[in-house]
Amino acid sequence: MNNNQHQLKQLPKKELKWSTLIWLIVLIAGLFISINVTNAHISVLLAPDNFGQFMDVLIQMCKPDWSYAHVIWPYLIETIKMAILGTVIGSIIAFIYSFLIARNIVKNKAVTGVLRFIMNIIRTIPDLLLGALFVAVVGIGPVAGVLALSVFTFGVVVKLFYEAIETIDYGPIEALTASGASKLQIIHFAVLPQVMTYFVSYVLYAFEINVRASTILGYIGAGGIGLYLQQTLQLFQYNRTGTILIVIIVVVVIIDYISSASREALTK
Amino acid sequence: MDTTKMKKLPPKPINNRTRTIHWLIGIVTVCLIIWSAVGIDFGGIKSSAAQITGAIISGIFHPDWSYVWNGSGEDLISQLWETICIAFLGTFISAIISLPFAFWAANTKHKKWYLSRSGKIVLAIIRSFPEIVLALMFIKAVGPGSAAGVFALGFHSVGMLAMLFSEAIESLDTDANEAIASVGGSKWNTVTFATLPNLMPALISNTLYRFDVSVRSASILGLVGAGGIGYPLIIALQYREWNRVGIILLGIIVMVIVIDWISGVIRKRLV
Repeated sequence: MNNNQHQLKQLPKKELKWSTLIWLIVLIAGLFISINVTNAHISVLLAPDNFGQFMDVLIQMCKPDWSYAHVIWPYLIETIKMAILGTVIGSIIAFIYSFLIARNIVKNKAVTGVLRFIMNIIRTIPDLLLGALFVAVVGIGPVAGVLALSVFTFGVVVKLFYEAIETIDYGPIEALTASGASKLQIIHFAVLPQVMTYFVSYVLYAFEINVRASTILGYIGAGGIGLYLQQTLQLFQYNRTGTILIVIIVVVVIIDYISSASREALTK
Repeated sequence: MDTTKMKKLPPKPINNRTRTIHWLIGIVTVCLIIWSAVGIDFGGIKSSAAQITGAIISGIFHPDWSYVWNGSGEDLISQLWETICIAFLGTFISAIISLPFAFWAANTKHKKWYLSRSGKIVLAIIRSFPEIVLALMFIKAVGPGSAAGVFALGFHSVGMLAMLFSEAIESLDTDANEAIASVGGSKWNTVTFATLPNLMPALISNTLYRFDVSVRSASILGLVGAGGIGYPLIIALQYREWNRVGIILLGIIVMVIVIDWISGVIRKRLV
């Protein structure tokens, strides 16, 4: 009796599972390997010389040169224009494409399979890499940026949107089919009303990402404010870089706020 | 007489206020789109655009296989491996830094509103600070190479990862904590038996998701000289070696698909 009470006072010991142990070993091995490959010892960063350099740059960036703001203003506008255009073009293509790969709209599995394969490949390419490719293709300028953002938006929106289409309620579709509606009529009266809010919300989400991406696309020559980011960094004018960064951060945070507020209003 | 009436649907009820608002939003959006389309100069496209597109596509179908592995450490496999290592270490560092930030930004019950709000603003600022600039700052500090990429990723990822973590903390179920506290468990007991087991799957799943994103980021950090596959890619683009561009693109695509797949499988088993 006494013994039993004593035992009760203790919580059961947590047992260590074998799988946890194996994952831990994998994690630690991965850490050692990647530290060796990348040579990123924390001591490298914290060496007084190196860390001082970093702080030096940071401090200079914190003393922005406001007289520079009027130079970058037109490029900021161009950046936002690029983001809007890229979002619009990419979303329109994604809108049509999503219906072609949704299995409840197109019943042919071979068609959806091939189209999904293409979509998955496009989705893997990062934004800046698309920018670099399009700069090589169409030359330096905002057009390359718009094209890169369009393809990138397509990848973001199409995945989310076709999944939204596939999860819709079947009732209205069956009702329309029963009354003899054509495919387009079914899409217009049964599918669209159910998915439009999702679509708009995904487009806004893509727009948020695009505003961020567009600010650095100029770094590789794809138009926008990134060009000045690169110039000031190369000339070590860190106070001017600081101005650009502050402007970018303020604009991005404001657009983020507006966009996520309207997304919340939509889905409510 | 009756049948003709039956055929027509009753008119939709009209709500003037929402209707005007919808029209206003529509008009503003269209104006914005026109405004942005007008401002951009589409005349600057190079005349050779079609030809180069053809060259890149033919490069993808006739990749430079000799580049895949030649044992020099400058080949595709070793560069991709380096990219993955940068992403792995960067994600690990950011996961550790993210934890305190997440608790700071999480909007839980026993906390003043300005605390979590200020944390959220700091995270938004970190998120908006371009990775590329951070990478260049670290290049200045530790020299060009993958170490700069690791640190840049490690700090930049905090913005997103800590936000995801804090959302996980906010949606945490406190019933288990109360149960343990009510049977006399200490603060330490509640943390180890209730908070951590509830929180861990979400944290690991978010970290894996961020690892997917980091692999993509790591493959572009090389564009500015912060290690990984991006550097040979930009060189190949500049020298117009389309076959090499093709093989590098293929390599990146395969790498990203494989890693997405692995992390997807692990995340599915977690939940």
